[in-house]
Amino acid sequence: MPENLSALDLVLTGDPALFAIVRLALIVSLSAALLAALVGVPLGAAIALSSFRGRDALIVFLNAMMGLPPVVIGLVVYLALSRSGPLGSWGLLFTPQAMVIAQTILVTPIIAALARQTIEDLWLEYRDELTAMEVGPLRRLATLVWDARFSLITALLAGFGRAAAEVGAVIIVGGNIEGFTRTMTTAIALETSKGNLPLAIGLGLVLIAIVVIVNALAWAFRRAAERLSG
Amino acid sequence: MIGFVEVTVSVGTVTLLDRLTLTIAPGAPTVLIGPNGAGKTTVLRAAMGLLQPTSGRIVRDGEPRRAIVFQRPTMLRRTVEANIRYAMVGADRTRELLALVGLEHAATRPARRLSGGEQQRLALARSWSVRPSILFLDEPTANLDPSAKKEVEALLAAFIAEGMTIVMSTHNLGQAKRLATRIVYMDGGRIGADLPTAQFFAERLGGRADLFLKGDLSWSLE
Repeated sequence: MPENLSALDLVLTGDPALFAIVRLALIVSLSAALLAALVGVPLGAAIALSSFRGRDALIVFLNAMMGLPPVVIGLVVYLALSRSGPLGSWGLLFTPQAMVIAQTILVTPIIAALARQTIEDLWLEYRDELTAMEVGPLRRLATLVWDARFSLITALLAGFGRAAAEVGAVIIVGGNIEGFTRTMTTAIALETSKGNLPLAIGLGLVLIAIVVIVNALAWAFRRAAERLSG
Repeated sequence: MIGFVEVTVSVGTVTLLDRLTLTIAPGAPTVLIGPNGAGKTTVLRAAMGLLQPTSGRIVRDGEPRRAIVFQRPTMLRRTVEANIRYAMVGADRTRELLALVGLEHAATRPARRLSGGEQQRLALARSWSVRPSILFLDEPTANLDPSAKKEVEALLAAFIAEGMTIVMSTHNLGQAKRLATRIVYMDGGRIGADLPTAQFFAERLGGRADLFLKGDLSWSLE
């Protein structure tokens, strides 16, 4: 990285070190958000549409999991993936895959809880009509997920935002290895501690830009939903 | 045929239907009238299978294909034509049904953006797409202006002419006279009178039914 460049210069000149970090962070967080959606949306939908003993307790648990401290998740995944852990033979510790696993665990409850609430609200609206039309359980599920798709995409973006902004889990399971597992948040923490403020601030600017873009996308999806679906 | 045999529906301590026996036979357009809380909506919902009797039984002869239009129908978050297509049974008749209810121009608009009257007409088209042999309607014109009411009535008359059995609740006695050949007067979850339309309006029924028809029924059930 060239010396004496300001944070803005690093961003505007497309500094390779900075953008390698941004690229990895985006790949890890996007992968985690998509995997979490694959698990979280069906899980949320299943809870929304079913009634069973302990459902309320499960919902409370799921909502509580939204606030899980990333460092705790990092610690659990670290213990699971470490050599002596149950998944140690996979050899994933200190790899981007381990970071994806940790962030997926972090984000899944967020997407599942938001999906559960969204689909349950829509089900309350649709219940009489779909029951009267004798719509079966699978078609009912597909209908609700499809008609709630814009809200569910917003939930996915919320999950991505959470993953992109967290530092505790990825620094524990990724190890913050330069050029391999260093993400925006872990790099900001490290560079700040080293006194390399231009890179830390540059990454901070990119991170803020990403958060703004994610929120803009969420807003655009909601507007599109209103325009297309009423 | 759908038959209610000594059907009671209770929610908590409230009895919505009280040992009600009623037969809905094919053909005769039937209107349920009665004061608020009489149990009209409960009859329609129970006949559709949307709620189960607390006691008694509901028998269905040959599982007739049923559909219902609610007082405030819920439109799916889709376009007008997608709402009809969603419920369609058999060959796609979306265009034909849209033309029938005068909504061809709105086919690609979001259904939830339609006016109340248009949504009610869409709900009728959607219910018809199921090809029901019995159509239940819960005060389908209660929230409509006079012109929209007239449009919906004309559609119902067309459905009846096609041979569909219609069972409808309404507070509009003129509408009951125009559409029904049978009137069921309900009060307190029970049937107070079940007569051919001409006879119902010609006879002196006595008690609360007369007060209801004169518009003098008080809020109290006692």
